[in-house]
Amino acid sequence: MNVFTVSIQQGLLYTLLALGVYITFRILNTPDLTADGSYALGLAVSGVLSAQGHPLLGLLLAALAGVLAGCITGFLQTKAGIHPVLAGILTMFGLQSVNLFVMGAPNISLLNSPTVFSLVQKLLPGVPLPVLRMALPAVFAVVSILLLQWFFSTQLGLSIRATGSNEDMVRASSINVDAVKMVGFALGNGLVALTGALIAQYQGSADLNAGIGTVTIGLASLIIGEVICGRRGLFIGLVSALVGAVGYRLILGAALQLNVPAHAFKLLSAVIIGVALSLPALKKAYLFQKAKRGGGGHA
Amino acid sequence: MLNIINASKTFQPGTPNQHTALDDLCLQLQNGEFVTVIGTNGAGKSTLFNAICGTFFLDKGAITLDETDITFLPEHKRALKIGRVFQDPMKGTAPDMTVRENLAIAYARTHRKALQTALRKQDIELFRTQLATFGMGLEDRMGTKVGLLSGGQRQAVSLLMCTIATPKLLLLDEHTAALDPAAAEKVMEITRQLVAQKKLTTLMITHNINQALQTGTRTIMMSGGKIILDIGEAERKGLTVPALLEMYAGRGASPLDTDRVLFAE
Repeated sequence: MNVFTVSIQQGLLYTLLALGVYITFRILNTPDLTADGSYALGLAVSGVLSAQGHPLLGLLLAALAGVLAGCITGFLQTKAGIHPVLAGILTMFGLQSVNLFVMGAPNISLLNSPTVFSLVQKLLPGVPLPVLRMALPAVFAVVSILLLQWFFSTQLGLSIRATGSNEDMVRASSINVDAVKMVGFALGNGLVALTGALIAQYQGSADLNAGIGTVTIGLASLIIGEVICGRRGLFIGLVSALVGAVGYRLILGAALQLNVPAHAFKLLSAVIIGVALSLPALKKAYLFQKAKRGGGGHA
Repeated sequence: MLNIINASKTFQPGTPNQHTALDDLCLQLQNGEFVTVIGTNGAGKSTLFNAICGTFFLDKGAITLDETDITFLPEHKRALKIGRVFQDPMKGTAPDMTVRENLAIAYARTHRKALQTALRKQDIELFRTQLATFGMGLEDRMGTKVGLLSGGQRQAVSLLMCTIATPKLLLLDEHTAALDPAAAEKVMEITRQLVAQKKLTTLMITHNINQALQTGTRTIMMSGGKIILDIGEAERKGLTVPALLEMYAGRGASPLDTDRVLFAE
């Protein structure tokens, strides 16, 4: 299968990760570093249950496990008063043990186990596997976007958005800010864990080391999406998670084609994020220099 | 209505920075009263508001609102019955959200259902008619992000957010002090209109003594965490600023030395 197709398939799956990061990083306006741990947790839960013949239950429980992980980070931040970054790191660190405990081994193979892909293939025997491996992730991505779009227009969803904008105002509106934050982290990490769960079944293997760098991948995807789509409102934001996740995978695919060694990917990701995040500052500096030159013309 | 009994609060006790912000303070408000609060910086006015809202809990004393003891009720639960507008227009609204989304969050306290659509059609109509009564053209800018509005417009939105689900008590913390004179007058006009229309029990902090004497039904003056003057409606009539200052000096409190207090128009 060619790199282009695989990149898009993976990008669609990683859309859920980008959406999760969007919720914590952009909507709640808090850096959440739990993702490395909750991704691997999803991977582990889904891997173990698929190996025992329950891939769908695996997806469900993986998402719930992610929700729980998010609640722990939320609890540490709100009730225990721990700095958001440290709270995320603590949960992530602790989860490394939990994940190993769940899997029982650093990696397991699902080659002969049923997955959500093989189940749907049995249901629709006429559809070729490559199409299925594209369509199913697309369905997950689009349904997630639509559900989130609906959720963030409800009272609870609106409260989460307002909490990222002005906590005092939310409290003054008689809303429990701690609880709202907890829901946000739970939702974000649930999506991240679901990404891990889907990737395990997609790849036919679960490797705990795959969790390393999840936060960075999510951020890189999100920021690439925002560079392409701009930052305008909620729906564009959700769509930019999809565009960015696919875009990030395509960039990596292109790098592969250009024989960039795989171990350089982390540096490449870091550079992409660094450049993208500094774009506003670069733009400002450019406009300043331009104005200065323009002003000099009068002298 | 509101009953504050022997409220005391000391910040950083046992340190060289120990500061008694509320000193055995008692205050009773009747239903529908509009009380203005004056006093120098550090007199404890905002601390009093924070105590009422539950930003911190009292060291000693009790607060009841409408016969209910709220002394140890958390902040967000008190906010169900208490509306507060701050001096800083940035504080009362979420800048990244639209006018109607801000209003929807404030209004949702009347019909809390987590997964219900926040912006129902009838709500939007209500917001529109309410905003229209302000005469600021805000009813046509309901889709604008609040961060793009002027300070006066933001305070007007804050005022509506605090009153749209009629509160038992409205607290105004120098809510016009950061505005230019024209906007301040407009916001005061809206305040009077809302308070009269909903018959709200109101406490308003101001540094403008003239305004304090002309607005509402009663004026209290604070100093050193206590109420040192409490001037009722009858007594207030015909009271001039110099006469008030004389009364103040007679109490032997620290002099009113800030220009802001003396020269405010």
